[in-house]
Amino acid sequence: MSILDSKIPKGPLEDKWSNYKNNINLVNPANKRNIDIIVIGTGLAGGSAAATLAELGYNVKTFCYQDSPRRAHSIAAQGGINAAKNYQGDGDSNFRLFYDTVKGGDYRSREGNVYRLAEVSGNIIDQCVAQGVPFAREYGGMLDNRSFGGVLVSRTFYAKGQTGQQLLLGAYSAMNRQINRGKIQAFNRHEMMDVVLVGGKARGIIARDMVTGAIERHSAHAVVLASGGYGNVFFLSTNAMGSNVMAAWRAHRRGAYFANPCYTQIHPTCIPVSGDHQSKLTLMSESLRNDGRIWVPKKLEDAEAIRTGKKKPTDLSEDERDYYLERRYPAFGNLVPRDVASRAAKERCDAGFGVNKTGEAVYLDFASAIERYGKEKAFTSGHKNPSKEEIYKLGKDVVESKYGNLFQMYEKIVDQNPYKTPMMIYPAVHYTMGGLWVDYNLQTTIPGCYATGEANFSDHGANRLGASALMQGLADGYFVLPYTIGDYLAQDIRTGKIPTDTSEFDSAEKEVTDKINKLMNAGGQHSVDSYHKKLGKIMWNKCGMSRNAVELKEAIHEIAELREDFWKNVKVPGTADTKNAELEKAGRVADFLELGELFAKDALHREESCGGHFREEYQTPDGEALRDDENFKYAAAWEYTGKPSEAILHKEELIFENIELKTRSYK
Amino acid sequence: MKLTLKIWRQENATAKGKMVDYTIDGIDGDMSFLEMLDVLNEELVNKGEQPVEFDHDCREGICGSCSLQINGEPHGPDKLITTCQLHMRTFKDGDTIVIEPFRAKAFPVIKDLIVDRTAFDRIQQAYGYISVNTSGNTIDANTIPIKKENADDSFNAATCIGCGACVAACKNASAMLFTSAKVSQFALLPQGEVEADRRVLAMVEQMDKEGFGNCSNTGACEIECPKGISLENIARMNREYLKASVK
Repeated sequence: MSILDSKIPKGPLEDKWSNYKNNINLVNPANKRNIDIIVIGTGLAGGSAAATLAELGYNVKTFCYQDSPRRAHSIAAQGGINAAKNYQGDGDSNFRLFYDTVKGGDYRSREGNVYRLAEVSGNIIDQCVAQGVPFAREYGGMLDNRSFGGVLVSRTFYAKGQTGQQLLLGAYSAMNRQINRGKIQAFNRHEMMDVVLVGGKARGIIARDMVTGAIERHSAHAVVLASGGYGNVFFLSTNAMGSNVMAAWRAHRRGAYFANPCYTQIHPTCIPVSGDHQSKLTLMSESLRNDGRIWVPKKLEDAEAIRTGKKKPTDLSEDERDYYLERRYPAFGNLVPRDVASRAAKERCDAGFGVNKTGEAVYLDFASAIERYGKEKAFTSGHKNPSKEEIYKLGKDVVESKYGNLFQMYEKIVDQNPYKTPMMIYPAVHYTMGGLWVDYNLQTTIPGCYATGEANFSDHGANRLGASALMQGLADGYFVLPYTIGDYLAQDIRTGKIPTDTSEFDSAEKEVTDKINKLMNAGGQHSVDSYHKKLGKIMWNKCGMSRNAVELKEAIHEIAELREDFWKNVKVPGTADTKNAELEKAGRVADFLELGELFAKDALHREESCGGHFREEYQTPDGEALRDDENFKYAAAWEYTGKPSEAILHKEELIFENIELKTRSYK
Repeated sequence: MKLTLKIWRQENATAKGKMVDYTIDGIDGDMSFLEMLDVLNEELVNKGEQPVEFDHDCREGICGSCSLQINGEPHGPDKLITTCQLHMRTFKDGDTIVIEPFRAKAFPVIKDLIVDRTAFDRIQQAYGYISVNTSGNTIDANTIPIKKENADDSFNAATCIGCGACVAACKNASAMLFTSAKVSQFALLPQGEVEADRRVLAMVEQMDKEGFGNCSNTGACEIECPKGISLENIARMNREYLKASVK
């Protein structure tokens, strides 16, 4: 076991990034024309990096599995993007954003990276406005802000419920400008199958053209992985169907350490699973918890009656309901952080109080908000002695103006009117804080291989705050990587074009082709999806919202068995030389079957509870997470050895010089 | 419920395609349309047949990947949603559903229900951007106040997901709604005004080059658009184009 060097610059926190920029090597503009960079993924982190690198003069190739860079899953982010602009004059600052993020991450992130993130956050907003991103504005023409969970200021910029879409289209338009100039070559419907190392450095990739099935070689002086998270290891998640870990995992197999895989964010307010046919889960914005009250029946027989349709939620009187978040956390109530709210819902459902046919749902009830707003509205409009119906009507209008589009989305999916009957919600996998280990330069343990955005591990610790993912993706791509990569590439100005007709490319391509052939020619018993669903069940039941040593050990064993069976018996129809969705899925599931095992191993080794990682053995007498700073104040970076369960642990000790470690309490 | 599906099958871009009939049983009203196709594909895989290829990704109506002409309508019979948000409760037991790819000369079929929409990317590459550098410092975001109404209209135009339903709905396979949404987004903002003339000329030129048809104002695009992009954008683009052409 070695100690990893994060390469955090010396000096005071607020000077680190400036000092670093003043002292790095630069590549002159003429030399940049001779340097090639590959970017995998075109979401916020990849799209912004590609555009900026091309603009600086590098030759960029982008790869995405979608038919257009504009469809990367960053597009689905709803709420907003944080920036320490302090436009509201409410006491925000770089330090406060830094502090909130480290605390929200349960003290498992790296101070230097997070402070840099806060430092560049303001510039992101300037940049996006200049690009024509239509953020929400006030009547005075200035930008509007709103508040998000876990903070005491208003620092979230937004574009209705489509902030991710607007930011991604901004990055896409910046890419288009460079494509038009010939500085970016975009390879869409292409999947990275492997990274190629030459002399220990990342020097290219093997990619598959998903339309023709052609296996291609692409060389470069550096490879940037901006391929997103691995939430789909659970099969059901709020991720896009195609989101996968292939690029990151193939780099891991080639020597990039994978850090903290067990840190997964399970979002408390998603539409529950309705049956076995379900293919993905839909998020209901966190903002709903401002007005909705979460409850389950107090009595088991009432829960049973509701599940079998003998009773309706509206039949239960106030004192027959258990508003369990308000009961357990009187100070924060329904607005506890995501990890706490999710665990509490699971606890109630496991105890038998779930309210839908699967027993895995709780109510999010707007009846009291409708009544409260209705009374307020009646009072302010001078309406004396309003009837119950009048109050309902007035209150409903207010709730509709705030959350109308979400209510409509809910009704489309569930076919119930959430104004009349409480919404049913349940936690779902949403974001992965773990990812490829990177140093301050965003470089992985493979020289020349970088990881940005959700694909890396560095900024969110064990739990991510709302509206911070968009911030990190764009910070990495627009402002951090373009500097740090130059420091590395300065040594490559005399290298010249990397040839692809070398033994390294030969053998990497052969491995890829062999793997595809193996998948095409496996035993042919069961579909890819059937394996993915089985894996998802193991992950959700044994590595989900709460974990324990016994079940984690079982999970490691079961996943290894499932993987073995997969390679023997998976059925991939058709041929490899054409568009073949089953083959694409098979390659991704093969990687998830390895990652899942490492995930469970990481969760087993971390004998503490922190953020999204809750170990049942490590909790306070009243069921709260119990962190162990003495023994686990480190990032766990795993080295691949051929078998995930035998991965080697490397530790990066996390040093807190500017923040005092405390226990999070929401009571 | 039990359904008859008539699905367009086409091996690749050059092969001749045909409609193929399938019957499917045990479909639940809570399933989404694409989950119904998942069920069909699982059956086909288990029988050793080729599953039906279709584009899809986010399955929450925002990425713009999914398409499908369902019973003659892009994204099916429901309004203001994409195919992935369409639920099977819209149909009833015994129904026959015809499923085809989006049809347009500029959207050639790749396989089965997948079409090539890269023409849209090329229109955006022609000038669907503001020429600002992404790396350096720029002015503070609040330096230029923007009227809320203009910011909101710009946002509404910018919510286009680039799915291509407007083209598939149009009898001329025109891409005016798509192109005008981007032109409008920037034309409504002071940041975009600087290059407005060049932008509209370049984007329209590329649009014509791609083989999209002309607009004859039937308004089908607006009705079928899952994001409700307004026809006003086409009017605005025509004004912008005229203004730029006479200069």
